[in-house]
Amino acid sequence: MKHLLSTQDLSKADAVRILDTAEEMAAVSDREVKKLPALRGRTVVNLFFEDSTRTRISFEAAAKRLSADVINFAAKGSSVSKGESLKDTAQTLEAMGADAVVIRHWASGAPVRLATSGWIDAAVVNAGDGTHEHPTQALLDAFTLRRTWARTNGTASAGTDLSGMKIAIVGDILHSRVARSDLWLLRTLGAEVTMVAPPTLLPVGIDGWPCTISYDLDEALAKRPDAVMMLRVQAERMNAAFFPSAREYSRLWGFDDRRLAALDDHGLSDTVILHPGPMNRGLEISSAAADSPRSMVLQQVRNGVSVRMAALYLLLSGESRSTARSQADTPDTVPAAAGTAPTEENAS
Amino acid sequence: MSMPSPAQSPSSSRVVLSEADIDRALTRIAHEILEANKGSRDLVLMGIPRRGYPLACRLAAKIAAADPSVSAAAIAGQLDVTMFRDDLQRQPTRPPYPTALPAEGLDDKVVVLVDDVLYSGRTIRAALDALVDLGRPRIVRLAVLVDRGHRELPIRADHVGKNLPTSSVEKVRVRLAEIDQVADEVVIEDWSE
Repeated sequence: MKHLLSTQDLSKADAVRILDTAEEMAAVSDREVKKLPALRGRTVVNLFFEDSTRTRISFEAAAKRLSADVINFAAKGSSVSKGESLKDTAQTLEAMGADAVVIRHWASGAPVRLATSGWIDAAVVNAGDGTHEHPTQALLDAFTLRRTWARTNGTASAGTDLSGMKIAIVGDILHSRVARSDLWLLRTLGAEVTMVAPPTLLPVGIDGWPCTISYDLDEALAKRPDAVMMLRVQAERMNAAFFPSAREYSRLWGFDDRRLAALDDHGLSDTVILHPGPMNRGLEISSAAADSPRSMVLQQVRNGVSVRMAALYLLLSGESRSTARSQADTPDTVPAAAGTAPTEENAS
Repeated sequence: MSMPSPAQSPSSSRVVLSEADIDRALTRIAHEILEANKGSRDLVLMGIPRRGYPLACRLAAKIAAADPSVSAAAIAGQLDVTMFRDDLQRQPTRPPYPTALPAEGLDDKVVVLVDDVLYSGRTIRAALDALVDLGRPRIVRLAVLVDRGHRELPIRADHVGKNLPTSSVEKVRVRLAEIDQVADEVVIEDWSE
């Protein structure tokens, strides 16, 4: 794995490996010394062409916990506003010694362009591009869901997938890169996904997506989902009349107090609510739902650091990024041909 | 061989420790640990993945058998050293293994690191670094099943199952029932061509 650009081309084995590695990273975050020396001497650049709080801070925390040096770059107030191209910006950053570039861009495909054009050698991590993908958000959602699913089934989460889990993704599917990344990854991991939205907020071509479509949230909840993922209504992208009014949206597709009570009425004691943040309280999610014990919002933020640590570690460690190769025979290390997945055993 | 790639199988191999030999060596090490520590007080056995952990569990069971006041599960743990290795940039990416501490933690404990083969000593150096982030043990000791020499760092084992003089073209393979699903054995493989 050289880059992390999308979840669509992520194999199940790679996805489970990232999630298993994230479990170990999560354990580090619970320790007194929350730092590992794994990426000492490496430089991670956060290249953000679009506003972000949690993703940028999360990547920054992840890189710092792995002892990497972090350079934050925001397009606002930089030479980009003087008209510098993506290529020149990226090459400038690489000349400063970046080993990984975490990029968020308003244009779908900007990370792929950066990774495949030969402009730079650094590993590229997509931190959200236009309406295309946001793979680390999907991975942290999958991590959160996997822990929930394992708890529901009474098993340990390491090495498992989401086989049989039913997940409803609700809201602005049209503009949501999170919904797309989530769908590909959750399907790869074996979950069943239902997209719930007003017809105006579903993209053209959704019939080809591997999910069922519903226009009615109450009907979707009656089908007993194991998790409900609410999406943010992206006001900055609402350039047309996608729904008549905020009140109507909230009443029809918002997760309000009435629907929170409906989960109890359906006897769904294990169903959880996710939201990628930032939340519009009172629009797509009510305060009671956001603050209820079912809400996974803060766990998602916490898991985001672990998942990004795992991604950065797996991308930046390893001989592929180094010309020197040790010939030392180390029998006291992990042999490659050991058979089973590494984290399935020894867990105690 | 005509192929330029590394040989697929060793040119010869011989068993140097059988299942019974390994069990006897572990019984002796368990008693040595108890003797060096003057009892089981504050003992914690931290196995280094992968094969150090089952060895630590077996040693803990033998210590618990010799001293009924301790429970094996309460003194055995696992210490992953992947993130602390000095060859992370030179080897293929390794996913980390879990680290599991005994309930009482490591502060002021007598920690015995347990591994299968002691070779360059670099794994143990990484383990010492990993320990620092987890607590402050009173004493750290080292127990290994096989010491094959060729040290690259000033590290020595306190308890050794068997000293095996080897050449560096040989490989020492430890197989344990818990991980390899075969009978326990230690094999020396000759990979010279």
